[in-house]
Amino acid sequence: MTNNDFMLSVEDLTVSFDGFKAVDALNLYVDRNELRVVIGPNGAGKTTLLDLICGKTKATAGSIRFKGKELTKLAEHDIVRSGVGRKFQNPSIYENLSVFENLEISFPRGRGVFGSLAFRRTPDVVERVQAVAEEIFLADHLDMEAGLLSHGQKQWLEIGMLLIQSPELLMLDEPVAGMSVKERELTAELLKRICLNRSVIVIEHDMDFVQRIAHKVTVLHQGKMLAEGSMEKVQADPRVIEVYLGH
Amino acid sequence: MSAIYRNLLGGRSGLIGLAILAGLILLVLPALLDIFRLNLVGKYLTYAFGAVGLVLCWGYGGILSLGQGVFFGLGGYCMAMFLKLEASDPQSTAIQTTPGIPDFMDWNQITALPWFWEPFNNLGFTLLAVLVIPTVFAYLIGLAMFKRRVGGVYFAIITQVIAAIVTILIVGQQGYTGGINGITDLKTLGGWDIRTDSAKYILYYVNALLLFGCILIGRYITTSKFGRLLLAMRDKEDRVRFSGYDVADFKIFVFCVGALFSAIGGAMFTLQVGFMSPSFVGIVPSIEMVIYTAVGGRLSLLGAVYGTLLVNAGKTAFSESFPELWLFLMGGLFIAVVMFFPNGLAGIYEKYIQPHLSLRYFRKRTPNASPPAAPPPAAAKRSASSSGGLTPSALPGATGRVMKNQES
Repeated sequence: MTNNDFMLSVEDLTVSFDGFKAVDALNLYVDRNELRVVIGPNGAGKTTLLDLICGKTKATAGSIRFKGKELTKLAEHDIVRSGVGRKFQNPSIYENLSVFENLEISFPRGRGVFGSLAFRRTPDVVERVQAVAEEIFLADHLDMEAGLLSHGQKQWLEIGMLLIQSPELLMLDEPVAGMSVKERELTAELLKRICLNRSVIVIEHDMDFVQRIAHKVTVLHQGKMLAEGSMEKVQADPRVIEVYLGH
Repeated sequence: MSAIYRNLLGGRSGLIGLAILAGLILLVLPALLDIFRLNLVGKYLTYAFGAVGLVLCWGYGGILSLGQGVFFGLGGYCMAMFLKLEASDPQSTAIQTTPGIPDFMDWNQITALPWFWEPFNNLGFTLLAVLVIPTVFAYLIGLAMFKRRVGGVYFAIITQVIAAIVTILIVGQQGYTGGINGITDLKTLGGWDIRTDSAKYILYYVNALLLFGCILIGRYITTSKFGRLLLAMRDKEDRVRFSGYDVADFKIFVFCVGALFSAIGGAMFTLQVGFMSPSFVGIVPSIEMVIYTAVGGRLSLLGAVYGTLLVNAGKTAFSESFPELWLFLMGGLFIAVVMFFPNGLAGIYEKYIQPHLSLRYFRKRTPNASPPAAPPPAAAKRSASSSGGLTPSALPGATGRVMKNQES
């Protein structure tokens, strides 16, 4: 199997901040239709890894290939346009706009200056927004100002803002932080549904939640991969227990 | 048709607001004021172009430019160069060492018209230059700043520095620019004497119509997806960037639009006032434009016009009796507006006046029972509450809220 058969192949990825290597010669391969969870103690480089993939941080060395396309040299918006979506750790939504407008802004049409000036709210946009809102459990809140949503609903909204772009790689940084038990269950269902036809990378600390959703788990520690495999395998790994799970 | 009604005119309330301002500027003021005072109002309205541009840049885009005077000045100087050349025909300048060139060049021992003055013999070129030169200059500044992600306070400081540099350049190059006196003694535009009362009336109306044109363009921009993106960018720039937008392009565009508006105002200033000088280019006029915008309400295109008129009326009234106090008063006014009325006059109107109006309006009409097929463009009630404090980091519009219909 060549590396290009993977949706995402990260090879020898290194980023160093003034000599400190936040991610150190990391290799990571994610398949199509796979839901990968990345776990690890604080400072392991999980968020930095997502930053590198989506272009927020530039790599010092190594390569990131998405569907065979090198991402490390692309501008952030070009990475998004090639099909990579990323949710930030703190829900990052437009608080002053309505839920509908939040989703509409994320709709992948009229992304240039003049395109956005000519953009019209056509029936297909409205339809798509409603379909996504349905999926993220916010169909009844379309007219609500997004800032008034609960923390969990904001998390869903941001996921929805990514889904509306139909990304092939979806990266979610702590999607269930601040959610109630019920909301967590719904989110687990949501993630299982949306990982069809795309790859999903999730960073999460809640081990019950990880167990429920993960196809495969990658454990990071000090910027390096400590272990990788099924949840059972990883949980049984003595090194993982020592640096992370044991606490 | 309905799209034009909604996006350009702002629907019913937007249309009413526009009609009131149009009535004031096109009918009431000309009827009440003599031509001297009306010409003064016309001068103020040229500043309003800059203020309207700042609503887009600063209010919506969060880009606080303290250099709009530069674009105002560039537009004004382009116009002045044409008028000066027309006023400097060989007959009227026969007593000069070199007849046929502007008088200030002759005074500075320049014996031939500089090459960059030559094209300004042509009116078509001049009108184009008024629009293009400031816009291209803004584009270059925007390209250099926004592609490097310079923003916020740094951008404000850099634009202010540019305003200072351009002023110093104009003052220093006396032989080419007229120096500190500027370009004066302008007489005719293509043979039409602009100093007569009838010309002043005509220029006043041309100016007013151009201003309404700019307001309509502003309306279109703010009600389009572009406008919502500007607001989104102001609050969550990274989220916009990681939704596939090149944030810098949007900022560059809106900055160019602001510059273009300012430049039109500058050219109309030259035509109405009859001269152009560095005192309309530098830091002070640039900051004054920001104050007009703040007083009017930085999210309100029409508010910017009211703000400009009110502050200038105050300036004229006060500076006639207490010239030294005026600057302090204006500074105090700016601080007071930012501290207590972050949305300016438009905010006061929305908060205290409009609720009563709409209450009456709804009593008369039966409320629409069936909701429209598509959700309304904006959640009907957007909280007008705004934290409003002016911390340094929040300066360029981090606190402003979306206003109801972006009208008034």
